[in-house]
Amino acid sequence: MVESKHSWKAWIYLAPAIVLLLIFTVWPIINTLRMAFLEGYSTMGAVGGATYEFGIGNFKQVLEYKDFLTCLGNTMLLCVLTVPISTILALLIAVCLNAIKPLQRLLQTIFFLPYVTNSIAIGMVFAAMFNMVGSAFGGENELIITAGIINNVLGFFGMDPVNWINAGSSYGANMVVMVVYIVWNALPFKILILLGGLQSINKQYYDAAKVDGTSRRRVFTRITVPLLSPMLAYVVITDFIGGFKEYSSIVGIFGEDMGPTGDPRRLNTMVGFIYDALANHQGRASAAALILFGIIFVVTLINLYVSKKKTHY
Amino acid sequence: MKVELQNLTKIFPSRNKKAGGEVVAVNDFTFTIPDGKLIGLLGPSGCGKSTTLYMISGLQKPSGGKIFFGDDDVTELAAEDRGVGLVFQNYALYPHMTVKQNILFPLQNLKGADKLPKDVMLERAYEAAKLVQIDELMDRKPSELSGGQQQRVAIARALVKMPKVLLLDEPLSNLDARLRLQTREEIRRIQKETGITTIFVTHDQEEAMSISDLIVVMKLGVVQQIGKPQDVYDNPTNLFVAKFLGTPPVNVFEGSVKGGKLYIGDAAVLETPGVDDQDVFVGIRPEGFILDNNGPLTCKLNSVEVMGRDVSVVSTHSASLNPVVRSIIDADNQVAAGATVSYSLKPHKVFLFGKADESRIYFGVKSDG
Repeated sequence: MVESKHSWKAWIYLAPAIVLLLIFTVWPIINTLRMAFLEGYSTMGAVGGATYEFGIGNFKQVLEYKDFLTCLGNTMLLCVLTVPISTILALLIAVCLNAIKPLQRLLQTIFFLPYVTNSIAIGMVFAAMFNMVGSAFGGENELIITAGIINNVLGFFGMDPVNWINAGSSYGANMVVMVVYIVWNALPFKILILLGGLQSINKQYYDAAKVDGTSRRRVFTRITVPLLSPMLAYVVITDFIGGFKEYSSIVGIFGEDMGPTGDPRRLNTMVGFIYDALANHQGRASAAALILFGIIFVVTLINLYVSKKKTHY
Repeated sequence: MKVELQNLTKIFPSRNKKAGGEVVAVNDFTFTIPDGKLIGLLGPSGCGKSTTLYMISGLQKPSGGKIFFGDDDVTELAAEDRGVGLVFQNYALYPHMTVKQNILFPLQNLKGADKLPKDVMLERAYEAAKLVQIDELMDRKPSELSGGQQQRVAIARALVKMPKVLLLDEPLSNLDARLRLQTREEIRRIQKETGITTIFVTHDQEEAMSISDLIVVMKLGVVQQIGKPQDVYDNPTNLFVAKFLGTPPVNVFEGSVKGGKLYIGDAAVLETPGVDDQDVFVGIRPEGFILDNNGPLTCKLNSVEVMGRDVSVVSTHSASLNPVVRSIIDADNQVAAGATVSYSLKPHKVFLFGKADESRIYFGVKSDG
């Protein structure tokens, strides 16, 4: 305890952080709440002297927006697909990494590289990989020329190239690209956490299991996974939260149009919706942000409830 | 099941390649453990006793030598195929499973023809739990148990699959003093009841002596002596074994043999017929002293500690290699207050060891004592 005589010193030391937090975190949160509940609020209008009445019109507007349902659907779908896939993949990779001795450090570094790479840049690389130049409609004299490495590989195995992301591509193909990209992007952090968890499991549990003649599958399901469950719960919860805020990955691949050429906004997400509204309709954007917060809050509560039942600490 | 070790050797490669020098953890260990006996592997830390245990369990591969269970060579057999039960020093109970699940776990691993129906598994789990007296705790998690209870669960888990050999790694080291006494009786009882050949590792000589049928004293990977606890205590083969066994420890003196007589300092303390003239280490058990005012060995008296049944006389002697000379004498004898105390010696409690290799030099004990 700091003696009360000197507590003002402590406050002075804390002041820079507190001031910054108040300005850039606390106030925006309060302001979001305020804007969300003022009918049709816009900053420009407010600066011009307009006054807005209290009401829940912004929320109504958001929910009635057709685009909002698309955004919510896209976000949910991406979450539901990518969280389990990336978690399972990360778990398998972490277990394999943990099992090998030589080059472990090097491989660990390689697997961690995506984490320190800019996601927009990665998105552009992915866009190039899945790219396709030419037309998928294939008229009589039309040649289909692929440029992306993925379609080249498909072609090598005698498969037809797929229009992944270009004009006229299907929603399903777009989603596949997004899922692959998001999963790949989510892996490093999860592998890091799970590998750390694995390495902290007492080796004697495995020795005991070995003496008792436990099959490898049972060791994995009955010992490794339960002992790793706190870390698994952690990565699943944080990944769900991150998944609901998915935005930059789609910008990285499809650009700010949030969809393939000719069909913009098809892959828009909740955060994308908020950004779109932010330009002129700050009230609506705030309401959407609060709705997103509510959804994340509920999902996290469910996650915590489930993990409490299933997790061993 | 008898367990036979033939020239068992374990060499650990050096961690640091530059420093070089591999570590020989166990060196040429040959010994047959008779069926149904309780064996204590005893030695200071780093003597290779745990390594020996892990080689018998199959968790570590020997660098050389062979291991037989009965007549079967199991040297190349994996741990899971050997049918051993192993109790780890810190028990290694699965923390996320209840006591019941922990005990059932080895049975649920059985495959193919060995597979048991559920009710048989449960029956055997309860049988094992009853044997170690934890059948009341079956639905608790290990974290809700005391150290002694965890220990019992670990033993039950090792016993439930009816192993041919039960291995215990420092089974009592995590328990408090009172529980340790109780648990070692318990281990003895369980071993007697099941008749399973049991090998346990300990650095506590009292623990090993009190419950083992045979003890194996090891030092730096080399077996020093194997025998019944009392025999090893009464007849140590070298200075290390003599010093390692017994509380209070053996008193060690610098001495010399001249003309068939043992000298400590200037005093001829004992007839040692048949020993060539040489300098020796002399080990005298605390109970080997007889209070005798005319006795040849005179020490400076420090204090007398009353222990009820016995008294412990603490004294010093210039030739002693221990800080104090400690003798244990029947409480009937009155120790006269004074500056010195004199003893004569019981010949069979006096051991001579060569200066060079510290190995035992035997001398003929005259029957008249």
